[in-house]
Amino acid sequence: MSYTNEQVSHLVEGSLDWETTFRMLSMPKDNSRFEQYLAALQAKVGFKDRIVLPLAPHMYIVQSAKTKQWLIKCDCGHEFCDYKENWKLHASIYVRDTEEAMTEVYPKLMAPDTQWQVYREYYCPTCGTLHDVEAPTPWYPVIHDFEPDIEAFYKEWVHLPVPERVD
Amino acid sequence: MNMMSTKEIGIGNLLASGMTLKQHRDAILERTQSTGYYNGLENLEFRDSDPIGYEKLFSKLRGGLVHARETAKKIAASPIVEQEGELCFTLYNAAGDCILTSTGIIIHVGTMGAAIKYMIENNWEANPTINPGDMFTTNDCAIGNVHPCDIATIVPIFWAGKLIGWVGGVTHVIDTGAVTPGSMSTGQTQRFGDGYMITCRKTGINDEPLRDWLHESQRSVRTPKYWILDEKTRIAGCHMIRELVEEVIRADGLEAYEKFSDEVIEEGRRGLMSRIKAMTLPGKYRKVSFVDVPYKHEDIQISNAFAKLDSIMHSPVEMTIKPDGKWRLDFEGASRWGWHTFNAHQVAFTSGIWVMMSQTLVPTQRINDGAYFATEFHLPKGTWCNPDDRRTGHAYAWHFLVSGWAALWRGLSQSYFSRGYLEEVNAGNANTSNWLQGGGINQDGEIHAVNSFEASSCGTGACAVKDGLNHAAAIWNPEGDMGDIEIWEMAEPLLYLGRNVKSNSGGYGKYRGGCGFETLRMVWNAQDWTMFFMGNGYMNSDWGMMGGYPSATGYRFEAHNTGLKERIAIGDSLPLGGDLDPGAPDYERHLDATAVVKRDKQCMTTEDCYDNHDLYLNYLRGGPGFGDPIDREVSAIENDLNQKFLLPEFAEKVYGAVFTQDAKGVFSIDANLTKQRRTEIRKERLARALPTREWMKEERERIINKHAAVQVQHMFATSFGLSEKFTQEFKDFWSLPADWQLLEDELGVPTYGSKHRMDLSLMPDVKTVVQVEE
Repeated sequence: MSYTNEQVSHLVEGSLDWETTFRMLSMPKDNSRFEQYLAALQAKVGFKDRIVLPLAPHMYIVQSAKTKQWLIKCDCGHEFCDYKENWKLHASIYVRDTEEAMTEVYPKLMAPDTQWQVYREYYCPTCGTLHDVEAPTPWYPVIHDFEPDIEAFYKEWVHLPVPERVD
Repeated sequence: MNMMSTKEIGIGNLLASGMTLKQHRDAILERTQSTGYYNGLENLEFRDSDPIGYEKLFSKLRGGLVHARETAKKIAASPIVEQEGELCFTLYNAAGDCILTSTGIIIHVGTMGAAIKYMIENNWEANPTINPGDMFTTNDCAIGNVHPCDIATIVPIFWAGKLIGWVGGVTHVIDTGAVTPGSMSTGQTQRFGDGYMITCRKTGINDEPLRDWLHESQRSVRTPKYWILDEKTRIAGCHMIRELVEEVIRADGLEAYEKFSDEVIEEGRRGLMSRIKAMTLPGKYRKVSFVDVPYKHEDIQISNAFAKLDSIMHSPVEMTIKPDGKWRLDFEGASRWGWHTFNAHQVAFTSGIWVMMSQTLVPTQRINDGAYFATEFHLPKGTWCNPDDRRTGHAYAWHFLVSGWAALWRGLSQSYFSRGYLEEVNAGNANTSNWLQGGGINQDGEIHAVNSFEASSCGTGACAVKDGLNHAAAIWNPEGDMGDIEIWEMAEPLLYLGRNVKSNSGGYGKYRGGCGFETLRMVWNAQDWTMFFMGNGYMNSDWGMMGGYPSATGYRFEAHNTGLKERIAIGDSLPLGGDLDPGAPDYERHLDATAVVKRDKQCMTTEDCYDNHDLYLNYLRGGPGFGDPIDREVSAIENDLNQKFLLPEFAEKVYGAVFTQDAKGVFSIDANLTKQRRTEIRKERLARALPTREWMKEERERIINKHAAVQVQHMFATSFGLSEKFTQEFKDFWSLPADWQLLEDELGVPTYGSKHRMDLSLMPDVKTVVQVEE
């Protein structure tokens, strides 16, 4: 089973027809998807750095075109940090920890009690994109939620050459 | 003369191999451990030499299991079983490892296996003996059941005098005779109030239920008619499957059946690993979930002062996907079990996750114990998911399990997203509540209990390419169904005054979570009636993903002394439909001034009195969202507004939508003005934000000064008490002084259970079965 580059681009845009989306859901996975996905995303971004791994709709691990370092980067061009670090520690944060801040975004009674739980919104410091909303208790450490094993994935799982990396 | 001999009892001869069941099971475990393959099966001889014969056997058995479930459930009268499909049948080999399971609540792939293993380890073959035609009944949560209302009937399968396996059937009964009515009640804090508890008891001989069992069990619960029909359902299904196995052996031979039943488990083990490699990405994923347990409130009326405190369930998970396709699920740092009914046995956890995985990672018919053998579980002893005290209550273990597993689904969704399988992404799950429960004398004048399973249709999480589904599903039952109003009104003395999509309940995002729904119920024609609430209120149990928000939390609405009897008689206005905006409540405008209304976030209560014409709002939660809300398409917001899925105030504030409403009430969004507004929102976000590391300095001060609500500190204290690793990681992250500590003793709340505990394994003559790294 495989799909055209155009279909994968539509998937990324959220504009793929339901019939094909349903086929993607119900049939065995297409091994070429990762390469097609990278190509579709690379065509969308305005920078020359090579995308190594997508992390979120506007965030990627990229190989810096200049230094070959692997970095976590927003699609506006903002560079957060080295790919092994927790990007949230390099973001801008707004914490909804009062009833007033919570009722900005939810009707009365439909948001958490901030004595129990807060919402931490992590923005790109340059473009203000909301990259993540954490919903922990007060005091909770900022979670480093994903540390991909990119070498094993490229080499052993999708059988692609690992992009060069300079640390 | 008055004693049976070992010959009659059959010790050591059940397998016709000279081995006891325990020796047989130990040998399988040893071969699995030493080779890495289930039962040492490096080669799948039958499957590889006769793939068509193997598949035919698979299809016959799996088809027969599903058929038995579909047929047997028609015997039940309980809408939980007959309407919602809360039943499941599973086939096991002689060692109690699952071969195949039916559709339905497949959490039980391993729970009945755990009971079989308990019988094996505790020498049931010598006493009470295992014979053809026997039936065993179990619901003991201390040996692997999820919660006491899942009653299992287990039948051994013999061929030519030899035990070749087992079949188990489970139904979710309406009432277990617990302290308070309903199958998952809140009024008890320990096992001793959880209701009728049965430990692998022999309840039938020669295919006939024993009369002492029939008499005792029916009078031990509030709903004997439903109870006995559920039992007949389970027995019928088990016997259908036993006959199916006999037919298969007659047609294909015992050797083929036995080979198949081993190989299919090894195939399941390999199948999970290959699915992991085909769909995910190796690496470490860390997620966490929480659940509020607000027991300090006056509407929690329990008999133990030591349980009267607010606390929080903490479920951190580190999911490691290894390059070889195996994975490790590590719950180090989880909080301690508590004095409530939400604790879970380790098997409820290890068996139960497959009901979720069958909806994402392994959507196949080949769910069996193979997946368990491909997974490393680390569930620290003493935590809520592996209690170390035999007193723990489990009536609604799901409350914590659902939330704990949601973190796993989010981890998997990160991997799907990064790999490009966007269609598989699920931002998370709804907290599958509220649970409307209660009891008393029903409209037919009988003692009755109710547990509305409308919760089987909550909103689902958003996907990376589409919104979540509205009022559609529950993580614990892949075939969930909200049930027909007419059936619920027959089963419950509660009339419907409304059943509507719940506005604003789905988490915001580029793709929003599915909305939940709400039903307004009026007590009608009942006597001495009670009800209570059970769900999340002060906290959200799941997060959004990649910029999406969590779904809305729960709240409660109940009303007494409503005056509705008179209002109906004189044709006055009535509260009807949804509670559209709890910030501007409307129901109260249609109640008498004498009405006593409770509107708050206390979504956990115990049995309270309800008169006829009192009201109860059953609000079923929505799912979390995906992606930055200001990326949401204008047309999708417009549709949400016009369908009342979203309140205008939040279309404006969260999505930046600029809109008008015409005389007919139809909303139209101005795309250009919305685009401009979104640019401003980006600036406003940055204006109110701080660099994370700056904010961390402030938060660190609050930790040093121990400035946080007691329930938050209590959660951390119980996790610190169980895990040095979690404690050290916490202190390292916040750069806390070496001597900083937080103990339960300093919090001024009851600490029963913090120091003194006694595990079931310490009871004489009991051998517990451990299936995880503790």
